[in-house]
Amino acid sequence: MATQAAHSPDSPQSPDAVVVRFAGDSGDGMQLTGGQFTLSTALAGNDLATFPDFPAEIRAPQGTLFGVSAFQINFGSREISTAGDAPDVLVAMNPAALKVNLSALKPGGLIIADTGEFTKRNLDKAKYETNPLEDGSLAKYKLLAFDISALTIEAVKEFGLGNKDALRSKNMWTLGLALWMFDRSREPIHDWLNHKFRNKPDIAKANIAALDAGHAYGETAELAGPLQQVHIPPNPTAPGLYRTITGAESVSLGLVAGAQLAELPMFFGGYPITPASAILHHLARLKEYGVTTFQAEDEIAAICAAIGASWAGSLGVTSSSGPGIALKGEAMGLAIMTELPLVIVNSQRGGPSTGLPTKTEQSDLYQAIYGRNGDAPMPVISARSPSDAFECAIEAVRIAVHYMTPVMLLTDGYIANAAEPWKVPDPASYEPFPVNFMTERRGEQLLPYKRNEKGARPWIKPGTPDLMHRIGGIEKHEETGNIDYSPDNHQAMTDARKAKIDNIAVPDQEVSVGQEGGSLAVVGWGSTYGPIHQAVNRSRAKGMDVSQIHVRNIWPLPANLGALLKSYDHVLVPEMNTGQFKTVLRDQYLVDAQPLTKTSGQPFQIAELEAEIAKFFDGIEGNEGGQVPTNDDQLPTRESGHDDGSSRRKSSH
Amino acid sequence: MNAPVKIETTLKDWETDQEVRWCPGCGDYAILKAVQRTLPQLGCDPKNTVFISGIGCSSRFPYYMETYGFHTIHGRAPAVATGAKLANPDLDIWLVTGDGDGLSIGGNHMLHVLRRNVNMQIMLFNNEIYGLTKGQFSPTSRIGTRSPSTPVGSFDRPANPASFALGAGARFVGRGFDVSKNLPDVLKAAHAHKGAAFIEIFQNCIVYNKDVFEDFAAPKGAGDRQLWLEHGKPMLFGDPKTGLDKGIALDRDGLHLTVVDATEDSWQDAGVLVHDATNRVIAHMLVEMPFGSFPMALGVIYDDPRPTYESSVAEEREKSTAGKQANLAKLLGSGQTWTVDGTAADPV
Repeated sequence: MATQAAHSPDSPQSPDAVVVRFAGDSGDGMQLTGGQFTLSTALAGNDLATFPDFPAEIRAPQGTLFGVSAFQINFGSREISTAGDAPDVLVAMNPAALKVNLSALKPGGLIIADTGEFTKRNLDKAKYETNPLEDGSLAKYKLLAFDISALTIEAVKEFGLGNKDALRSKNMWTLGLALWMFDRSREPIHDWLNHKFRNKPDIAKANIAALDAGHAYGETAELAGPLQQVHIPPNPTAPGLYRTITGAESVSLGLVAGAQLAELPMFFGGYPITPASAILHHLARLKEYGVTTFQAEDEIAAICAAIGASWAGSLGVTSSSGPGIALKGEAMGLAIMTELPLVIVNSQRGGPSTGLPTKTEQSDLYQAIYGRNGDAPMPVISARSPSDAFECAIEAVRIAVHYMTPVMLLTDGYIANAAEPWKVPDPASYEPFPVNFMTERRGEQLLPYKRNEKGARPWIKPGTPDLMHRIGGIEKHEETGNIDYSPDNHQAMTDARKAKIDNIAVPDQEVSVGQEGGSLAVVGWGSTYGPIHQAVNRSRAKGMDVSQIHVRNIWPLPANLGALLKSYDHVLVPEMNTGQFKTVLRDQYLVDAQPLTKTSGQPFQIAELEAEIAKFFDGIEGNEGGQVPTNDDQLPTRESGHDDGSSRRKSSH
Repeated sequence: MNAPVKIETTLKDWETDQEVRWCPGCGDYAILKAVQRTLPQLGCDPKNTVFISGIGCSSRFPYYMETYGFHTIHGRAPAVATGAKLANPDLDIWLVTGDGDGLSIGGNHMLHVLRRNVNMQIMLFNNEIYGLTKGQFSPTSRIGTRSPSTPVGSFDRPANPASFALGAGARFVGRGFDVSKNLPDVLKAAHAHKGAAFIEIFQNCIVYNKDVFEDFAAPKGAGDRQLWLEHGKPMLFGDPKTGLDKGIALDRDGLHLTVVDATEDSWQDAGVLVHDATNRVIAHMLVEMPFGSFPMALGVIYDDPRPTYESSVAEEREKSTAGKQANLAKLLGSGQTWTVDGTAADPV
């Protein structure tokens, strides 16, 4: 909302942003519904962010509380950077979906429920003693309950499907209603259905009929009930070509782009694991870009094959999530010791052990920075959003080949699955960084470990005449690479490996919102960018002197970060773990970084960050108690988010 | 893979300037020499020849070969080798491993490199003991092996490497031992085989498991205890000085092998089998023959090629990229897109 006034709660027909959550049984196709609604929203020009939240079970028993799958989307005519705290609209396809998601709904929010699924049996499964649609317990919400199941069956009757098949179109009926509610075009969904079911035209037609029926129902229901059409104007954005992108897609494309900029074929070794598998799936379809994908027998083989490929002259890449990264630890040490380029993508999930496979967390930070035997330094980069992951993947490739080192790229389950609009970049706008393999001796003796000015050793492909040599995980002489256990040599090699990583050129840390110096810096990394960004902007609009710093280069850290952090009275580090980055910052800079941690498997909400920020400002006028009530009318415009700090006040905290 | 050009080399060309650091008298020395003697005979090109190993005494091997070499981590050499082969199919890969490295910590990778049939020679030095970690029993140690971790003798049932390889789907299984003059022939056959060629090499660990193979490897009486298999030749054995006097026949009722009296003249009547290296069932029986009542089966036991993994990968690449052209700008802008001009979004 670059220039227009913040929305007033009195005009619900044209808010500047709306949060909708689709919730149903894991077999109800909620992720598909959400995905298509996202697409239509993007096509309508809104900015958006999504949060798919689904169970680990493939098909959990129908109607159960643990089988509920949900997809939340926040979209608007202003900049959107989170999937939204609380939904304005909850679509509940069954009692379990209502029960699991109701607490998130805004007071006064709209519930759309399928009465056809609120049977005695389903109510029992959801542990409802009485039917919430009828017992008055939903009085503080707006309720629109009707028999979506029956209406769907009616809509697809002419296609002669059995009830079970007919009900499969229920999600399209619901999507049709949602499209009407937000004044969206049905055409792209028609096209998509026709394409998806091109070999089953009847199924395509039935789904389209259901979609259209849902849409038509909206028009009729508007006259009678709480349902009203809402128009969200487009968000003014920079001109150009856009698409929606998930983190998994973006990492894959970034790796392909990186390999092309390095002028290398790419070898990707992977082993299926949630939520990282999607990268393997994407890359498997991109063979024409010089990509070889290898589904290995296990995580260890996946990384070892990638190391073998790097040794042979390809860009080796492997990807996993925490448990798999743990298995790869020893091999990462091998890549560090043999100084071969390698990119390791970690799509973090909740842990430890199997933990929460489908939920998000940032708890692998220690593992990324420190999690190997011996002094085994390795660069770590973290992406803050799906689209940012593209840039980060290119950066990871660049560092890997420039410095002959493995690099870890951190994303998380949220980034991997969430979609956002992406302004498609022009590949020509990236500076290529072609690799120069060593092809002949420099001097009489072959010195495969003699370093260049960056501290990197030469990359020599097997097959090159006259440069035969041996490498391995055992300590080696600092120039010849021959086995050498001598005390001085191990000291020299340990120092050299550390210096190489410490001296990697990392851009100076910028302040995302606010300015250098002041009362409070909120320091984040990874997928918490969105909620921190919003919370800091809102807090500033309320007069608090708070800045946002978001760190991409986790290791080595930007050279100016220490001085920057020390320019604030307080440093608050929100992260989805028990305080790992906080500890790193304390260790590196001796700053009194305060943790704000969350490990519920759910992203931070803006409100909880705001409340925490407010505690640092309890001395300021109007905030004596340390709490500032949320007031959406004070939402900052995008410009005011980057103000000059004139509102700075000293905290007495 | 391009047709390899034969290169003229001598044994010396394959030696490095590194001091060999195995225990004096270790069987590894003999294997090293056998390999260094064999490669010139095969016309191998040092620059395209690579030795990849895991961890253990055997895995020091690459340091002593004047080729490209990679001393990796415990058990993972097959995975590293698979990646290297896929990245550059022209590399002529020799994998060096041992009974601990290849069958214990790396057993999983061994299974998969064999079933995938990645083209390489896999030399498993079997000394039935952990040497480098100072003498613990290994997955091939015989029951009752006394070691620091089994002071009153081991009770784990040992694995049979050649049997494991066949079970994993290997298309080539050979056997030899460190000081055998026939070892180079097995290596040559393995090299000629396109696909994963598994060679079990019995190797004498003179420090921790000395002479454990003497019962069949000792020169004295070797003829009676070694069955050297040759494709198309009858399975006869015995003292060559006094004439071969025994053969291996198939008991067709009990479906097992049996030792029969036979000579070079009478073997047909005695029902002695002719070695068919493509017969997988007989190969299983040969590697499982209990030593003592049977001789030790050695040589090329099984050799029946199938398409290699890297050739299938190349084929799949061709199939999946047919008619497609790499265009990064197009790829980035694929999927359902829309354009924004000026300040308002314009759905397309």
